[in-house]
Amino acid sequence: MGNNSVTSPPKSSVKLHINGEQKELQLAPWTSLLDALREHLNLTGTKKGCDHGQCGACTVLVDGKRINSCLTLAVMQQDKEITTIEGLAKDGELHPVQQAFIDHDAFQCGYCTPGQICSVIGLVNEGKAKSLDDIRDLMSGNVCRCGAYVNIVKVVQEALERSESK
Amino acid sequence: MIGNQTGKPVNRVDGRLKVTGGAKYAAEFTAPNMAYGFVVNSKIAKGKIKSIDTSKALALDGVLEVFTHENRPGYVWGDKNYQDKDSPPGSPFRPLYDNEVQFSMQPIALVVAETYELARYGAILVEVEYENYSFDTDFEKNIKQAYIPEKYKSSKPPEPWGNPDEALANAAVKIEAEYSHPSEHHNPIEMHASLAIWEEGGKLTVYDKIQGVQNSQQYIANAFGMQQEDVHVISPFVGGAFGSGLRPQYQLFLAVLAARELKRPVKVVLTRQQMFSFGHRPKTVQKFALGADTDGKLKAVQHDAFGETSKFEDYSENVVIWPGVLYNCDNVKVSHKLVALDVYTPLDMRAPGGTTGIYGLECAIDELAYKAGVDPLEFRKMNYSEKDQNEGKPFSSKELRECYRQGAEKFGWEKRSLEPRSMKEGHNLIGWGFAQGAWEATQKQAAAKAVLTTDGKLTVSCATADIGTGTYTVMSQIAAETVGLPLEDVTFKLGDSSLPKSPLQGGSWTVSSVGSAVKLVCDKVREKLLQLAQQVANSPLANATLDDVNIEDGKISLKNDPAKAVTIKEALVQSQGKSIEENVSSEPVEGQQKYSPYAHSATFVEVKVDEDLGTVKVTRVVSAIAGGRIINPKTARSQILGGVVWGIGAAMEEETVMDNNLGRFMNHDLDKYHVPVNADVHDIEVIFVEEKDDHVNPLGAKGLGEIGIVSVAPAIANAIFHATGKRVRELPITLDKLL
Amino acid sequence: MRSFTYNKADDVAAAVQEVSANQEAKFIAGGTNLLDLMKIDVMKPRHLIDITHLALKTIEETEDGGLRLGALATNADTAYNEQVEKRYPLLSHAILAGATGQLRNMATDGGNLLQRTRCYYFYDTDTPCNKREPGSGCSAIKGYNRDLAILGTSEYCIATHPSDMAVALAALEAKIRVTGPDGDRVIPIAEFHRLPGDTPHIDSNLQPNEIITAIDLPAKGFANHYTYMKLRDRASYAFALVSVAAALEMDGDTIKEARIALGGVAHKPWRLPAAEAMLSDQKATKENFRMVAEAYLEGAKGYGHNDFKIELAKRAVVRALQQALEMEVKS
Repeated sequence: MGNNSVTSPPKSSVKLHINGEQKELQLAPWTSLLDALREHLNLTGTKKGCDHGQCGACTVLVDGKRINSCLTLAVMQQDKEITTIEGLAKDGELHPVQQAFIDHDAFQCGYCTPGQICSVIGLVNEGKAKSLDDIRDLMSGNVCRCGAYVNIVKVVQEALERSESK
Repeated sequence: MIGNQTGKPVNRVDGRLKVTGGAKYAAEFTAPNMAYGFVVNSKIAKGKIKSIDTSKALALDGVLEVFTHENRPGYVWGDKNYQDKDSPPGSPFRPLYDNEVQFSMQPIALVVAETYELARYGAILVEVEYENYSFDTDFEKNIKQAYIPEKYKSSKPPEPWGNPDEALANAAVKIEAEYSHPSEHHNPIEMHASLAIWEEGGKLTVYDKIQGVQNSQQYIANAFGMQQEDVHVISPFVGGAFGSGLRPQYQLFLAVLAARELKRPVKVVLTRQQMFSFGHRPKTVQKFALGADTDGKLKAVQHDAFGETSKFEDYSENVVIWPGVLYNCDNVKVSHKLVALDVYTPLDMRAPGGTTGIYGLECAIDELAYKAGVDPLEFRKMNYSEKDQNEGKPFSSKELRECYRQGAEKFGWEKRSLEPRSMKEGHNLIGWGFAQGAWEATQKQAAAKAVLTTDGKLTVSCATADIGTGTYTVMSQIAAETVGLPLEDVTFKLGDSSLPKSPLQGGSWTVSSVGSAVKLVCDKVREKLLQLAQQVANSPLANATLDDVNIEDGKISLKNDPAKAVTIKEALVQSQGKSIEENVSSEPVEGQQKYSPYAHSATFVEVKVDEDLGTVKVTRVVSAIAGGRIINPKTARSQILGGVVWGIGAAMEEETVMDNNLGRFMNHDLDKYHVPVNADVHDIEVIFVEEKDDHVNPLGAKGLGEIGIVSVAPAIANAIFHATGKRVRELPITLDKLL
Repeated sequence: MRSFTYNKADDVAAAVQEVSANQEAKFIAGGTNLLDLMKIDVMKPRHLIDITHLALKTIEETEDGGLRLGALATNADTAYNEQVEKRYPLLSHAILAGATGQLRNMATDGGNLLQRTRCYYFYDTDTPCNKREPGSGCSAIKGYNRDLAILGTSEYCIATHPSDMAVALAALEAKIRVTGPDGDRVIPIAEFHRLPGDTPHIDSNLQPNEIITAIDLPAKGFANHYTYMKLRDRASYAFALVSVAAALEMDGDTIKEARIALGGVAHKPWRLPAAEAMLSDQKATKENFRMVAEAYLEGAKGYGHNDFKIELAKRAVVRALQQALEMEVKS
């Protein structure tokens, strides 16, 4: 103890089910889901903005729920259905929330955007946002430094209306 | 130029890439056999590295090398070679130069390994022994040593005019006040990153997060003794920067160094914590002495600023030019001194100098208006400046009065009572505040290239950047309109150092500078198109001049007989398969120097302050902007919304806190450094007033990156005063200051 | 982050056995704070035991009419659980005042109790910190301490416990069920977290070889008069400067029972039953609320930047009690 035995951890086979596809990787346990996506699968749509759950740029959907992919290990997500920003458009047609982000100009630099979009979809799935204040609070886990919040809220309102009318 | 493309609220042309994850930012490029670098930062603020033991890190299987001052190769080490296009006067920081530590969190080693995780582990295993020196990080303690720099990075503070001392002494109404703005960090959500790819034959390709690829190119060439043409820098998307990407940051140097030594691609991405280890908005203290007559006519202004800088460079910004820009006053005296600390050099951050200077001035003016018993908006009207007194020049245009009018009407300002604490709702005191602002509309030299291929597709390029500002979109609009093509037939290329020369992207000058170059190059394409159209057999345009024709929707037609037309495609047939290719370099327009070009803003704010608990909610903001011609109202509005959100952050949340025992910024992550979140932001209304400007540049557009922020924090601070009767003169206004 | 090995535990017994066999092992569930701290080398386990597959996720009624929250129920599932929303809205509100939608979907109830302080210095391995490195000193006492404790501090540490959920649990007198090599035991929430004293590196009385299996809520939920008030530096996604969990049981306009717990002010949720008792059989007046607030902050000590918390906490207690009182009037 205290004496660092300098070994790199052994890799093992990790099977991830991402955007409807099975991917098998050789990973050490210390690889986060976020790094697995970005550095091992070239799914760079999921962003790293802090690596500590303080910004929300890395938000993905796991079994339909939004989570911070930076704060979980890839090895822990093996039996789950993972959806990233790359998995939202179907046959070239954007998910309505993606289209709404464009139409409302709900971004500027675009870096937090994939996380925002996954977060909106997760929020709609949760079904707990009943008011404008709820939306603002429940979207507060996604920091947008460009400050597009007013437009993001519009996207969420629209998405909630769409889900209610279904 | 009232066009068929500009002025339209079109969606961002890069929107689809951004919402699908297809837009690639610096850290997202990859190369075969790529290695990862992780930076080790200094624990101490000042001293020497006595020893640095990398053996444990190197013993880790998969760690390739640890670069330190001890083993760094001896390329070019003269400090001038490290200057970049945004360097302040002084001696730039040189990573791994020697064993000297100049600031806390200084990069002192780079661990390079086969994987990111291994490099990160290796960084923990580097053991450093330091010799500690005493250090100066306490701004207040060191303000006594403030000095006038030999050379200002910003413009030199204007000389005094009138007789400010006497005027102040004789003024019927006077205030004296000191305002303090803290250090802040840019914190774009994308962290700084560089991938350096060393190629056979000594060439280098670099993917970098930067607000000007040619700045990184020049910096690398100079620092590593390379030919500029051997360095290719690419940066198609930038995940926010706000100034942090104006100077090449140290990860660029370290990635290049490692790639060159190891002869393989190396990627270095900073951590969020490391984003607090370089430039920041300088802490700025301002002292005001203002005088007016009993009617509220401004009689004297004295404005003295003290700004933070480092011990190795003299960073300064335009903090004290604002009285001369914003007010008409016969007696003005300003000064700007620097306080050198053992920190990294401050760095331009969104509206540098304006954010701090206008904050102080607009709050101090509010105090004076109150003392004179005049409505704060009325006070501004009474002291409206028709010319820039610093320069003694008329404004190129100034529709600020219209901002007052439309903003006040939208906000309902006329219902306001002057008295503080006059509006209440349950536990909440309600306050309404006002402030005005300005930002210079500069035009810089820029080049552009246009290629119109025979299929009617136009590609225009310039080595500028799009940091979220909408550059891709507005340049495409300008090009499409000028050449007369539908937007989808136009591609704008940027973020590549091999493209035509561009200034840094910053200072709100991109539309003005690059946009003017794009317009100019596309005008040349227009000319060529007409010539080709005239070569078409029996051309109806044979005798037409450019003034006689319209070019739009893919057709060149006679203005007075639109049925007489040649399509662009028909015209292009005449070029025998050759594309039209034009290059231009655009200079600031002639006669511009006779005018002072500024964008203006008027911000109206409502706050609700909990009387017992001190919590503040910014419930309403109306931001009225005079920014010249608006190329794209949709992206323009987003810029202003963003500026307002930044103002909310500055007013109420943002502050990087220095621990003077350790000489270290302590709240170095996004948990402890608060930027606004969604729940902090309520109603924001943006108004663009009509403003025609024939002098500023060929487009008549002024740029909007900074004008949205400058008057927001003072308007909030003034609203808090109106709500509570308490004047807090130190940002951020956190709840404890209102208890 | 240092190198570590990883194993998935199949049941509680196996998990306890595995953790008992290895002093450098830690459980991982939501991972939201553990991985956060491992990345910056504040926590350095050499072995992680993944307990996310243990059958500890259910929320069910107990025989005594209370509610049992499985330790691995997520914060989101707990806050939005119908029983919790209806019978323990104070808990629901407290959970929702913390973190974000994403984090609450990951973080578990057991893990929430075990999260570490967010003290600036604890999070920076280049600075002295007794909690992180016993004996190295406390940088916060004479350093930047805006967020830090004013009650129950010691000369070694002024860290706060960051949880919102735990503050509500303290007010509700929850019990923490744990399993160790010697079997099961129950720790009342009041005895779960510790004050720093001269061992600030030990946050709680949970032993390293024990696992939290559930949190039991007593039958009484104070669903008619409650408030969770959180005061912080931005409107969401920030830790508390001061938070108050307040609950009242009323008999007409007389208070039968009051519960008050404070967050953001101490190394543990701060509750003083003796001070609460001052309100029993008293009228619900602002004066009485202020009296109990004064009692709660008796002995509070500021360290400069956090001096304001003393008055803020008093005002927050008064306001939270008022809000709790006025609730029923509205409905």
